Amino acid sequence: MPIRTVMKANEAAAWAAKLAKPKVIAAFPITPSTLVPEKISEFVADGELDAEFIKVESEHSAISACVGASAAGVRTFTATASQGLALMHEILFIAAGMRLPIVIAVGNRALSAPINIWNDWQDTISERDTGWLQFYAENNQEALDLILIAFKVAEDERVLLPAMVGFDAFILTHTVEPVEIPDQEVVDEFLGEYEPKHAYLDPARPITQGALGFPAHYMEARYTVWEANENAKKVIDEVFAEFEKKFGRKYQKVEEYRTEDAEVIFVTMGSLAGTVKEYVDHLREQGLKVGVAKLTVYRPFPTEEVRELAKKAKVLALLEKNVTFSVGGALFQDFSRALVNLDERPKIVDFILGLGGRDVTFKDLDEALAIAQRALNGEEFDEVNWIGLRKEIL
Amino acid sequence: MAVRKPPITTREYWAPGHAACAGCGCATSLKLATKAFSEAMEEKYGDPNAFAIAHATGCMEVVSAVFPYTAWKAPWIHVAFENAAAVASGVEAAWKKIGRKGKILAIGGDGGTADIGLQALSGMLERWHNVVYLMYDNEAYMNTGIQRSSSTPYGAWTTTSPPGKYSIGEDKPKKWVALIAAAHQIPYVATASVANPFDFVRKMKKAAKVDGPAFVQVQCTCVPGWRAPPEKSIEITRLAIETGVWPLFEIENGDFFNIKIQPPGGGAKVKREGGRVVAIEFKKPIEEYLKLQGRFKHLFKRPEAIDELREQIKAMWKTLGVDVTLPKPEE
Repeated sequence: MPIRTVMKANEAAAWAAKLAKPKVIAAFPITPSTLVPEKISEFVADGELDAEFIKVESEHSAISACVGASAAGVRTFTATASQGLALMHEILFIAAGMRLPIVIAVGNRALSAPINIWNDWQDTISERDTGWLQFYAENNQEALDLILIAFKVAEDERVLLPAMVGFDAFILTHTVEPVEIPDQEVVDEFLGEYEPKHAYLDPARPITQGALGFPAHYMEARYTVWEANENAKKVIDEVFAEFEKKFGRKYQKVEEYRTEDAEVIFVTMGSLAGTVKEYVDHLREQGLKVGVAKLTVYRPFPTEEVRELAKKAKVLALLEKNVTFSVGGALFQDFSRALVNLDERPKIVDFILGLGGRDVTFKDLDEALAIAQRALNGEEFDEVNWIGLRKEIL
Repeated sequence: MAVRKPPITTREYWAPGHAACAGCGCATSLKLATKAFSEAMEEKYGDPNAFAIAHATGCMEVVSAVFPYTAWKAPWIHVAFENAAAVASGVEAAWKKIGRKGKILAIGGDGGTADIGLQALSGMLERWHNVVYLMYDNEAYMNTGIQRSSSTPYGAWTTTSPPGKYSIGEDKPKKWVALIAAAHQIPYVATASVANPFDFVRKMKKAAKVDGPAFVQVQCTCVPGWRAPPEKSIEITRLAIETGVWPLFEIENGDFFNIKIQPPGGGAKVKREGGRVVAIEFKKPIEEYLKLQGRFKHLFKRPEAIDELREQIKAMWKTLGVDVTLPKPEE
């Protein structure tokens, strides 16, 4: 029987790792993710998880050790955030290029400077071109579930890509919520053993991994990462369906809430989706036709689902905790690209908010809604809007 | 007719066809190191192939694995420049977990070891992984075109330490990573040279057989980087030993008071006390080593720089607990 209990998202991530039974974990402490390796250390110390836990001297070595272990053919896991993920940056590309299905739990945290330990998505968003799959959790249950799902998708032979699962710093990492821990047997059945046919370091059948790619081969190698990302779209749907069958919880790449007749649809990710659902309920009571869509999967980008979503609304209001300087948010780029060649498309308004742990309140969302409504009414509006700025200190 | 047993296994893990330069000392070091490893694994585990290699980016990585070809007949992985030790840690942990017997060989050049990979190396040693780290020391970043590393010797020309009006070439003493490795109190640390293959193979085998981490720093010639004739490759490294430039030593468990020094040859007089080497009187001047290499050519117009190098070499030997006398060339 699954156990219903309460825990922080960091503990949920450690539980997910325990259930997935990775053989090697390599991790380095960083706020707000430190509790993940702490909890895993306890599992290993108590004999509840039979894994090698390498207490590395940096995140760069954490991911490098994971690459070594994964290339040796075993399931591997790590956790990090922010500067730690940025330090891994170089090796993230390599892990994807070498097609190693490592899973990282990321407590989404702002990047320096100024140094800041609180939530936004700049860390994972900045890694969107590395080839890694990216999932974002709305709550602690999703953090646990999506890590299991990430392993399953990553290890699928049609995919074989690493995956990161993001959950918001402190809002989730340090907040206790009800979580259902699935049965080990059902998880074993769901994930199966990881037995790679492409990556191993076995003296009985020596292979070379990580060779130099000249211009005659490099592009094709990169193209296979593109193809694998494309393949992942279908695989993710299949895995979501299987997960629902086994565990009873439904996931979608783009999850819609009260979008039926919506004129304005807010689009967001992570825990902010919860806040915006509440806000939409509040607006619906006032008779406003608004809804919200949450991206559970950000890479591969769910282009088809986004195009379907676009048919439903006159305005898409993107709420994002990241910046691409002089452009807007990353979602703004991605949505613009997904919709640019459609004959009919909604207006897109971009909102940058909640950076570095700034609370996103109904008042902030009112500010965003007012701008979205100008777009709806055909009035002039700014494409990129910083919401909740303290103009008095600027 | 009696058939002599070859002095080392005929098994090859570093196949012909790699793209290293003629006279490359590093290529020789890898050929010998893998053979030694194989013998050690056979003796320890009964399986000559019971090892895998984690290789840092660098000359030897680039010349040995150009897709779709490989020179490696052992399981081999390259990930990046600074992380061979960390990758090896991961491979070793995976092998431990799946119950595979054997040892991991991490390989890096001096740049990938003394500089950018030093942190990962220290972490791997301190965590006591069952890994041998082989540093092939050609004393500069040769793969990128001969830039100085912290392992470049004093006075050497490189493209980033050019001699000039205000420069004698590299102006810092060579950093000895073997001593840093030994400070981790790991079971085994050694320096070696391709000019002394029997000593090198013996040390690699010993490193491969100990339980826990080991570190071997082997000096090898870079023909273009040292501006040396390829046919002099071994001769130059032998002169490094005989003139006192390159010490051959072993340190077990960080015991700096009992460093084992191999006699340098070349007529050097070795003085022992209680079995320990305490003094060496070298007979060949370091000029004999320097003069064969274009990277030191400019020093012959700056004799004070050669004297400074002599002082630095003496200081290095002092750290090893050995008083050395280094002769000047006869006038």
